[in-house]
Amino acid sequence: MKQFGGPAAFIDRNDINTDEIIPAKYLTEITKKALAPHLLEDLRLEGGEFDPHSAEMQAARVLVTRANFGCGSSREHAVWALEVNDINVVIGESFARIFRQNMFNCGILAVELSKADIDRLFALNGPVEVAVDLDAEQLTATGSTGEGVTCRFTLNPFDKQLIGAGGWLAYADAKY
Amino acid sequence: MGQTITEKIFAAHLRDTPTPGNMVLDIDVIMCHEITTPIAIMDLMDKGMDRVCDPARIKAVIDHVTPPKDSKTAAQAKIMREWARRHNIRDFFDIGRNGVCHALFPEKGFIRPGNTVIMGDSHTCTHGAFGAFAAGVGTTDLEVAIYKGVCAFRAPKSLKIEVTGTLPRGVFAKDVILNIIKELTMGGGTDMVIEFTGPVVDAMNMASRMTLCNMAVEAGATSGVCQPDLVTAEYLWPFIKDDYASPAQAAESFARWRSDADAHYERELTVDVTDLTPQVTFGYKPDNVRDITEMEGSPVDQVYIGSCTNGRIEDLREAAAILRGRTIANSVRGILVPATPAVYSQALDEGLIRIFMDSGFCIMNPTCGACLGMSSGVLADGEVCASTTNRNFNGRMGKGGMVHLMSPASAAAAAITGAITDPRRFMA
Repeated sequence: MKQFGGPAAFIDRNDINTDEIIPAKYLTEITKKALAPHLLEDLRLEGGEFDPHSAEMQAARVLVTRANFGCGSSREHAVWALEVNDINVVIGESFARIFRQNMFNCGILAVELSKADIDRLFALNGPVEVAVDLDAEQLTATGSTGEGVTCRFTLNPFDKQLIGAGGWLAYADAKY
Repeated sequence: MGQTITEKIFAAHLRDTPTPGNMVLDIDVIMCHEITTPIAIMDLMDKGMDRVCDPARIKAVIDHVTPPKDSKTAAQAKIMREWARRHNIRDFFDIGRNGVCHALFPEKGFIRPGNTVIMGDSHTCTHGAFGAFAAGVGTTDLEVAIYKGVCAFRAPKSLKIEVTGTLPRGVFAKDVILNIIKELTMGGGTDMVIEFTGPVVDAMNMASRMTLCNMAVEAGATSGVCQPDLVTAEYLWPFIKDDYASPAQAAESFARWRSDADAHYERELTVDVTDLTPQVTFGYKPDNVRDITEMEGSPVDQVYIGSCTNGRIEDLREAAAILRGRTIANSVRGILVPATPAVYSQALDEGLIRIFMDSGFCIMNPTCGACLGMSSGVLADGEVCASTTNRNFNGRMGKGGMVHLMSPASAAAAAITGAITDPRRFMA
């Protein structure tokens, strides 16, 4: 099975919508790779700048964010923009339904944690490395000074099957 | 324990229960447009799986950027066109016959009570107005539905909103739904279907019910839904007249889908609209909603009337009633985008297009256009638009632009004064 985890980038805002993840002007692209340079390019944080090309974002395999990530437009381009930037896990307090389903349909992970756990991850000293144990439904985040945070999470059993199958198309093609 | 309308529809379409709480449904209506479908088509072709489950269940349209604005959008349209031809998809709407999907497909009578409907478009929830389960999905879900005719959902939870009281003058379905989103917040409806009920909804026409359901997704909901009734039957009558003796008999038949009195709801809410005033959004989130009187005088550069939320003939009438005999402010660009050719044609017949033109509006062809910043009125950095669309996200209508969502009446009032304005000032 695919391995999940790696260096984490932190985006401290609620309600990040899919227009912000990938603006509509790039929806005329017909290859996923063409989305790569534009991930989160116009994102604005409340009271802080966001640099989509920071060293942390360049290295990221994991995004850690807040509540209702991926709301708004159904565009799966938002998930593909993450995918082509090698991001395979998004960790948040909650996700918009369509975005969450698009993640699992593509065979990558949307992990929901409590606000308290998300706060613990944000409190770590960066750079932070996240290791995900899918079978145990547990992740460990380790900060630069070696301190670690371990969190349990629950995956919907069907979503877990989609990860195992490598996505919804492969699953549905085999089963229906 | 009784069932909600959504539970009844799920039960009637259940193909598989892969794990407890997850349901794979047969999909009756699979809608496709040129932004989210081409990548599904190309992926199926790459995998040697270029088939469709049933061409009659597929409804396809080029609507987001039409006529094409550049080579890339022309290529997307071409992929759709060739695919529709290859698979004998009869219900394919190209230039001249195309319009905003969530206005066009209802006009064609494609959605019936009890249907399951999906599309690679978040505003698919609009079609819940017909007593259907209609959900926006991503491209992979769309691809699987095209290929296999199925889609997976979690077992539905429902949130019931009873709309009571009397709609005051100058207050419309758009004001009601903005007020509801403010109450629920952007994530408040996640994983739920919002059931709009109560005397105010019962009295609404289909256009207003579509406006309500259209914005359910702005509260995070999987869909919105209204109970099918005589209003539904009368709207659909041209398409169902061979199946039923009368609209009343059709409504009686549709009643089997209606939620049972003892159905279980995750949450129930009553909204009394008697004292509601015209609403407007501020900021960049659709739950940032205020009374329009609190924003009065705030200048706008552009007014946009159109979209799947408010581009129907009823919306044009509402705006034209305010614009009649008046001209828009010199400082404002007014843009009208009738949602479909039928809306455009009807507006011509009723003299509404003349009213818009005489007032100073530019009339565009039916398209999604500037609603998502694609074409037909994209904003420059720092510009402000009073808009009848559905999203005020940062950059939605163009990088650095600000969008204030409001009703067509309020948008027309803003066009006249060049600033956010209470439309009741212009109402008899």
